[in-house]
Amino acid sequence: MSLTPDDVQRIAHLARIEISAAESAQTREQLNAILAFVEQLQAVDTTGIVPMAHAVDVVQRLREDRVTETDRRDDFMAIAPESEAGLYLVPKVIE
Amino acid sequence: MINSSLRELSAALAQKKISSVELTTLFLDRIEQHNPTLNAFITVDRERALGLARAADAKLGAGETAPPLTGIPLAHKDIFCTRGLRTTCGSKMLANFISPYDAHVVERMNDAGMVLLGKCNMDEFAMGSSNETSYFGPVKNPWDTARVPGGSSGGSAAEIAARLVPAATGTDTGGSIRQPAALCGLTGLKPTYGVVSRYGMIAFASSLDQGGPMAKSAEDCALLLNAMAGFDARDSTSLDRPAEDYTRDLDKPLDGLRIGLPKEFFGAGMSEGVRAAVEGALAEYRRLGATTVEISLPNSGLSVPAYYVIAPAEASSNLARFDGVRYGHRAAEYRDLIEMYEKTRAEGFGAEVKRRILIGTYVLSHGYYDAYYLKAQQVRRLIAADFQEAFKSCDVIMGPTAPSVAFKFGEKSADPVEMYLSDIYTIAVNLAGLPGMSIPCGFEQGLPVGLQLIAPWFAEAKMLGVAHRYQQATDWHTRMPEGWQ
Amino acid sequence: MSRWEVVIGLETHVQLATKSKIFSGASTAFGAEANRQACAVDIALPGVLPVLNREAVVCAIRFGLAVGGEIAPRSIFARKNYFYPDLPKGYQISQYETPVVAGGGLTIRIDGTEKFVRLTRAHLEEDAGKSLHEDFHGRTGIDLNRAGTPLLEIVSEPDLRSSAEAVAYAKALHALVTWIGISDGNMQEGSFRCDANVSVRHPGEPLGTRREIKNLNSFRFLQQAIDYEIQWQINELEEGRAIHQATVLFDPDTGETRAMRSKEDAHDYRYFPDPDLLPLEIGPEWIAEVKAGMPELPQAMQARFQADYGLSAYDAATLTATREMARYFEAAVAAAGRENAKPCANWVMGELAARLNRDERDIASSPVSAGQLAGMIRRIGDGTLSSKLAKEVFDALWNGEGQGDENAADAIIEARGLKQVSDASAIEPIIDEVLAANQKSVEEFRAGKEKAFNALVGQVMKATRGKANPQQVNELLRKKLSS
Repeated sequence: MSLTPDDVQRIAHLARIEISAAESAQTREQLNAILAFVEQLQAVDTTGIVPMAHAVDVVQRLREDRVTETDRRDDFMAIAPESEAGLYLVPKVIE
Repeated sequence: MINSSLRELSAALAQKKISSVELTTLFLDRIEQHNPTLNAFITVDRERALGLARAADAKLGAGETAPPLTGIPLAHKDIFCTRGLRTTCGSKMLANFISPYDAHVVERMNDAGMVLLGKCNMDEFAMGSSNETSYFGPVKNPWDTARVPGGSSGGSAAEIAARLVPAATGTDTGGSIRQPAALCGLTGLKPTYGVVSRYGMIAFASSLDQGGPMAKSAEDCALLLNAMAGFDARDSTSLDRPAEDYTRDLDKPLDGLRIGLPKEFFGAGMSEGVRAAVEGALAEYRRLGATTVEISLPNSGLSVPAYYVIAPAEASSNLARFDGVRYGHRAAEYRDLIEMYEKTRAEGFGAEVKRRILIGTYVLSHGYYDAYYLKAQQVRRLIAADFQEAFKSCDVIMGPTAPSVAFKFGEKSADPVEMYLSDIYTIAVNLAGLPGMSIPCGFEQGLPVGLQLIAPWFAEAKMLGVAHRYQQATDWHTRMPEGWQ
Repeated sequence: MSRWEVVIGLETHVQLATKSKIFSGASTAFGAEANRQACAVDIALPGVLPVLNREAVVCAIRFGLAVGGEIAPRSIFARKNYFYPDLPKGYQISQYETPVVAGGGLTIRIDGTEKFVRLTRAHLEEDAGKSLHEDFHGRTGIDLNRAGTPLLEIVSEPDLRSSAEAVAYAKALHALVTWIGISDGNMQEGSFRCDANVSVRHPGEPLGTRREIKNLNSFRFLQQAIDYEIQWQINELEEGRAIHQATVLFDPDTGETRAMRSKEDAHDYRYFPDPDLLPLEIGPEWIAEVKAGMPELPQAMQARFQADYGLSAYDAATLTATREMARYFEAAVAAAGRENAKPCANWVMGELAARLNRDERDIASSPVSAGQLAGMIRRIGDGTLSSKLAKEVFDALWNGEGQGDENAADAIIEARGLKQVSDASAIEPIIDEVLAANQKSVEEFRAGKEKAFNALVGQVMKATRGKANPQQVNELLRKKLSS
């Protein structure tokens, strides 16, 4: 399994990372090297093995339904790249 | 004083032989002197540190019994959010990010009375094994400044090795505490997954990340872990268990201890010097009353490939929040929203982080999920099961922490896969969620070698005891690199 | 050419009535200033983590029990990854492969017939924030107050065959979620939003390609959007064009649907189990505990109303349209006595409903309490009050007379002298007077004009200012005229 330049662009777009034409070839080469390396997993027989999503086998703890957070908008807005009237601003979103 | 253990510092402070302000000033001055060479700190806040030291002195002078680490300087890996203090995660993305809140670990260390000196350099978003991926430049290894300190907690390791701080925090996703501890001649511990809260620890791979202490000795690490560990309701994966005293088994004799030696860890791939040092340590353990038994971890060879599917997959999602909307870097020029995202993230992340995000995006994408991600999770279970089986015939597992001593800058950075193999002995521990540590056990051509200890779930105290008895019998952990007096 | 068959499935997002968000301790109250209820977790600061709200799970269990679905003993939270400015983490925490509720269904009533609509699943997830497109120098403003609000997404099977069925289903679902108290159901505030998957086909053929109409927050829009979409799809197909799968928006101003301009990366959401959240386990004890606290469900209540009170299916259904109405009705019957159940039903569905409707009030804040209404109905039942004068009593109660007094009807009857006269010795002289004064009507009646009789009754009632018992007036009058 080897990624094509189109694959790389598609993945990069899904990940919202711009890859310039200059970077593209090297990125593809490195990604393919990594994928070739992890390819050895395919040889393992994992029939019937339950996937392990967590390091420890415990269940979700639940929080009581209480409001514990206070308004910290001013602190949060202070670190925002662009804001106005308590809103985060971004380029116009087209639906 | 700079070589003192935490217990010695604690006693000196309690007995007023030195004040916290004096001790803090001593280390701050050392940082000022040596950090330009080592580049181990990203941020140092002298005023804040002295303020904390004065508060500690007030507590120490008030007569009441202050917690044992009160007044002792500490540095946090820059992955832990510190309120009001820059928290960069080694990335341009967060180069100017002032966290509005404290991580649980940061709160715990504040409560313990420790004096925060600053934030440690690290591989960007903890992705790296050499500290070469930091946006703030590589950290130098104090044993040889032409060599890497290991990573990703390389800043933490280098500082302690050069005695710029007595102790530091680190995080370990695939070896990021243990490998730099080995390469810098320190003791570092990765606890059982869930023992230290991840709240406020910037996520790399959530199911693998675990914070832990780095210091000069097992005893220091035990004291630090007493302060760091503990249940936190804000982390769903934090385990609600009774508090433990991790120093409780420090003086327990080793008679009858069964040490498992995985044959897979002693094959080819390890340098001769590392092999000799590890064999020497095992001989010492046998002298101390332990027995060694060969065990097998048949799937451990698959841990690196499994990790390089699981960790990037989780990372690709964890790092999606860095989008230039609410905090952090935003590109200066863009035409529309998509371009804002793509340029922001292209500029804000370094090459290794981008690589891992792309790999992670790919292995989760439609049509590839089963073949990569699900498969890796199945292999993960096989790897974890190997350890369960192994611990039926031994109490602790030992082997090398890293296949070689510290390597030169640039030596592995051209080939990502070769770099990934630096963590070949450490990664399986994260996949299984087990506690592991690295302790110094000798040198190869003047560079420290680390011995790795791996214990069953929640057996940190026992593992620390096993390490401490060795450190009582040897002096590798007391060695200090030259040139940093 | 065979006629077209319409196939509709709804995905409904129901905002759950919790105080705090699904994964954080921020308030869910509606209407706060922008971003004042968006905490560190909601804005996805680096390092923050989710912890699941117990009450959100309770809501899901209640729903599962109410629709007869299976409640998963173990369900998994997954991340749905996509970039959008109102999605702070770059992923939405949802449930993918293992939802908390599977199966079940809902009976809808349409044109007098019942239809069972199967549910595919219901899962817990978090809401996103809001993008405000009004002008901030040509930029979009992001308010994250809503981010992290708990939602139950309820997915129906494609069992609906018309916009009318879709609306009936949505209304039944709305009634149910408010009935069991898991949502306030406030549609203006977005607490109940529907996405409609619409396709058309010739009967017997495989399903056609569907288009999904997003975010319909009123029953009227739901109807209009589906009707427009059906017609559009049929036109396309009849003109030989294929339907392409798409997400469309409904514009209430034009009444049209249009495809969204932003492509969502061909929907490659890269779902995977959220490593920050562990499996959610719901044991039988917990389900039993929730079940014990469940209200009687509308269908069970309807059956009981018919059996115990002799009500028609229609009345029973009307009285159980909302839990408040049913509660009011049952309180009235309890106070008026079971023998008065039918009059109670009539008053609640008739006069009371009309007044509430006129004044745009809900039954929970009715100025006439169930006890007061029952007091009045009792007096009708025992002959103290005529149905005609009861309206006057009801008016007085509605206007606040005797407020707070459960026996207000008696006081009003007394004070206004509205007590029905059923004493023959009091009515007879009045009848005699009326007969004497209306000889023409008497003659007409005797000539066979039944209408004249009614006129005479009217005169007697008028003379007694409505207080005479009409039935008794009837009897006495007939007796006198035939003698």
